[in-house]
Amino acid sequence: MINKTVKNGVEAVSDIENGAVLLVGGFGLCGIPEACINALLQTNLKGLTCISNNAGVDDFGVGLLIKQRMLRKLISSYVGENLEFEKQFTTGSLELELIPQGTLAERIRAGGAGIPAFYTPAGIGTHVADGKEVREFDGRLFLLERWIKADFSLIKAWKGDTAGNLIYKGTARNFNPLMATAGKITIAEVEELVPAGELDPNQIHTPGIYVQRIFQGDGYEKRIEIKTVCK
Amino acid sequence: MLSKKQIAQRIASEIKDGQYIYLGIGIPSLIANYLPEQLQVVFQSENGLLGIGPYPEEDHMDPDLINASKETISMVKGSSLFDSAEAFAMIRGGHIDLSILGALEVSENGDISHWKISSGLIKGVGGALDLVASEAKLYIAMHHCHKDGSSKLLKHCKMPITGIKCVQKIFTDLGVFTVLPEGGFKLCERAPGVSIEEIKAKTEGRLVVKGEIKEMELFDAE
Repeated sequence: MINKTVKNGVEAVSDIENGAVLLVGGFGLCGIPEACINALLQTNLKGLTCISNNAGVDDFGVGLLIKQRMLRKLISSYVGENLEFEKQFTTGSLELELIPQGTLAERIRAGGAGIPAFYTPAGIGTHVADGKEVREFDGRLFLLERWIKADFSLIKAWKGDTAGNLIYKGTARNFNPLMATAGKITIAEVEELVPAGELDPNQIHTPGIYVQRIFQGDGYEKRIEIKTVCK
Repeated sequence: MLSKKQIAQRIASEIKDGQYIYLGIGIPSLIANYLPEQLQVVFQSENGLLGIGPYPEEDHMDPDLINASKETISMVKGSSLFDSAEAFAMIRGGHIDLSILGALEVSENGDISHWKISSGLIKGVGGALDLVASEAKLYIAMHHCHKDGSSKLLKHCKMPITGIKCVQKIFTDLGVFTVLPEGGFKLCERAPGVSIEEIKAKTEGRLVVKGEIKEMELFDAE
């Protein structure tokens, strides 16, 4: 079996260049590639485009890339409460493209599946439809959305094997399996890396064909954004 | 005039056994507290879960298990997990029976606005554009007026549009309204102690009042 293992995040991201387009997995702070983000922070990369559902918070997740002024453009569905982002957006140093969440997910899925465009009802009659082709099917209006692909996908899974097969846990799955398919180079970091053959093939969420590099991260913080408990 | 909890309680009585439901943040998120125990319904979270359970015990909080508001949650028995594309496939594909969302404005032809631009910055649209574009029934839970007293039930939405002609029913602190196919808010019920005149005065869009409008029945919502 092909061995996709690299040593760590630093080695995994070492050939990312200035201006690269990155897909970064996660929803909020759940299921984000912490080790790859930390490795990027150790580089002097500039002008990156980051496609991620959210912008993290000021001191964690994608927010760290913003704070270090590594991004030229952010493509998200919701950027929420991120002060550093607001500052850079207001001064014009960071560009933002907002996409309805379901459309973002499907555009990435389409990118990985070789479907250049598709029609969706989301955004009809709103600013999202500006400049896009609208077409009627069975009496309803839909608008044309294009695929998304990236130079690198940085994703996080729970378990993986050396062949790049991945299993996710809970709602940390979110955008990760989609992004795995849409990067020219997909880098997967996992909490537990095992030899090929040790994961049950029936349970694999992302087949190894989509993954070019895999490593076991360490010291996962897995920060919780909003702690809520029953009384 | 109803409290937020009472609005949630009133909507809860509309929910039917066997439904798959999406609850938005704000008042909609309170609805799960008021469902009769024998009712079997499943709540979807757009970040990849069917079967949202209650908030967890302190020592059972799992960073890998959150809802779309990024809060820690639990799963009920029989839950399933999936990715974000699948989550929105079940939304757009009409598999979710009922979505209940908050709103900033609703127009008399059923358009909705749920987001605004503050100090030049758009914070995002999230999954609401996909939700309102689906074929699921869409109910809105919101206050009838903004804090400055201006109506949220309008002729035309003034803020950026989330979706057009998508709202079927609106539950406010003043009453229950359906959106008529030809346009207009049809008053169905009024909150205890609220007069039709008050509702008329606080509704900017076309209000349709036909026949006797009864006061809604509520149990104690505490």
